[in-house]
Amino acid sequence: MNDNVIKIQNCRKSFGNLEVLKDINFTVNKGDVVCLIGSSGSGKSTLLRCINRLEKIDSGNILVDDIDIYDQSIDLNKYRAKVGMVFQSFNLFNNLNVIGNCMIAQHKVLKRNKQEAQKTAMFFLKKVGMEQFAKAASTQLSGGQKQRVAIARALCMNPEILLFDEPTSALDPEMVQDVLDVMKTLAKEGLTMIVVTHEMSFAKEVANKVVFMDKGIIAEEGSPQVIFTKPNNPRTQEFLKRIIR
Amino acid sequence: MKYLTITGNQFIDACLSILITFWPSLLLGVKTVLLVAISGTIIGLVIGLIIGGLRAIKVEKGSIIYFIKWVYDILAKCYVEIFRGTPMMVQAVFIYYWLKPAFGWSPIIAGIFVISINTGAYMAEIIRAGIQSVEIGQTEAARSLGMSAQQTMMSIIIPQAIKNAFPAIGNEFIVNIKDSSVLNVISVTELFFQAKSIAGSLYRYEETFLVTAFVYLFLTIITSFILNLIEKRINKTKTSFPTSSTTTNMVKAQGEH
Repeated sequence: MNDNVIKIQNCRKSFGNLEVLKDINFTVNKGDVVCLIGSSGSGKSTLLRCINRLEKIDSGNILVDDIDIYDQSIDLNKYRAKVGMVFQSFNLFNNLNVIGNCMIAQHKVLKRNKQEAQKTAMFFLKKVGMEQFAKAASTQLSGGQKQRVAIARALCMNPEILLFDEPTSALDPEMVQDVLDVMKTLAKEGLTMIVVTHEMSFAKEVANKVVFMDKGIIAEEGSPQVIFTKPNNPRTQEFLKRIIR
Repeated sequence: MKYLTITGNQFIDACLSILITFWPSLLLGVKTVLLVAISGTIIGLVIGLIIGGLRAIKVEKGSIIYFIKWVYDILAKCYVEIFRGTPMMVQAVFIYYWLKPAFGWSPIIAGIFVISINTGAYMAEIIRAGIQSVEIGQTEAARSLGMSAQQTMMSIIIPQAIKNAFPAIGNEFIVNIKDSSVLNVISVTELFFQAKSIAGSLYRYEETFLVTAFVYLFLTIITSFILNLIEKRINKTKTSFPTSSTTTNMVKAQGEH
């Protein structure tokens, strides 16, 4: 036993003829904040979606808590309940209000009763600073507010791991900081997080590990100090030169 | 049988007399129209939800369920094409007489049956389109929280699909109010059937059917009005949105100027 929460071994994934993931290997420890960086089309989001089984890998293994998540015998819905996901486009349920968004899966999946679900929902809405919007319709919120609710919704399931798929890419610049602040708080509290992001300052400040992906492979991984100050791989250097001005 | 004495030569007078004298039988026709149209639309919607909902489910290739789904899709397509592609009048006559020996049913039950399965074919397509109009992200978010495919469909997708499809569903209801008139071929005593009897007994076709047309128009206009109210209500987000401090301050500031 070790404290690897996620072990990804030799993962491959193609869409038709396009090979999106080519032999991916990496591990995530408990409490780690891993930032996946790289240009678009490099396979970052696909990798994240494979961890949540929204996409299926073609070969290789993904072990979470030493359990193969592609094993037929595991309860997929139970697994997904403990691995939360936050999307670029928020994906709040349009037919439910803010608190309804936070309560439905608690009720349907975790079978919590109404009072308990409500209490949990309010706790996490408070945490992301959205408690005064509990009764608001999800469609009335701004992007930053939606994303904070989406994070609260994921947290309500008490996940062991939280996956973020470019959580700030669809936001107005002034909204980005609110969301990043919430994520920083979560990181400080020791939640295991994998974050696909273009926010290099966030990666620098919060991540324990930065993974640079390029054309479906992990070109380089290491601590943010190493990646951002003296990257070894020339492609990492080139990418960072273009993105950090 | 009552005979109408038309005193004035005026066309309008004749129409009014028909309305005044024969309103009980017209009202009976209206009741039947509403019974047939309302039950036909509701049952049709249920049929559409089941057939359209199942059609929207995607199954992974290579399993036995995939084959069952493939057969189901073909059958569902046939049902939709047959009932959308033939006149309801023909369906009514055929189904009524074909199944009469087996069921021994009355025209009104047969009429509701025909209008229901006919509406169901349209509703199946409406619901399928409604489901497809819900973003894939909604499904992904629900599944990522651990909700099953069925839970996602019932509590997230269908409510939004019905909301998106509501104008089309309401339209089907209005169409049914008008199209129930074809059921006179199997002697359902709806409005057109009543009008035909009145006109026949009086030998006054123009006046009777003008009155009848106005009754239909009255029904459809009232229905559209009610449907519009419901639509507005659905779209109005039922919340107490907190006034943010910035807007209140802005309003105050504007008021002071």
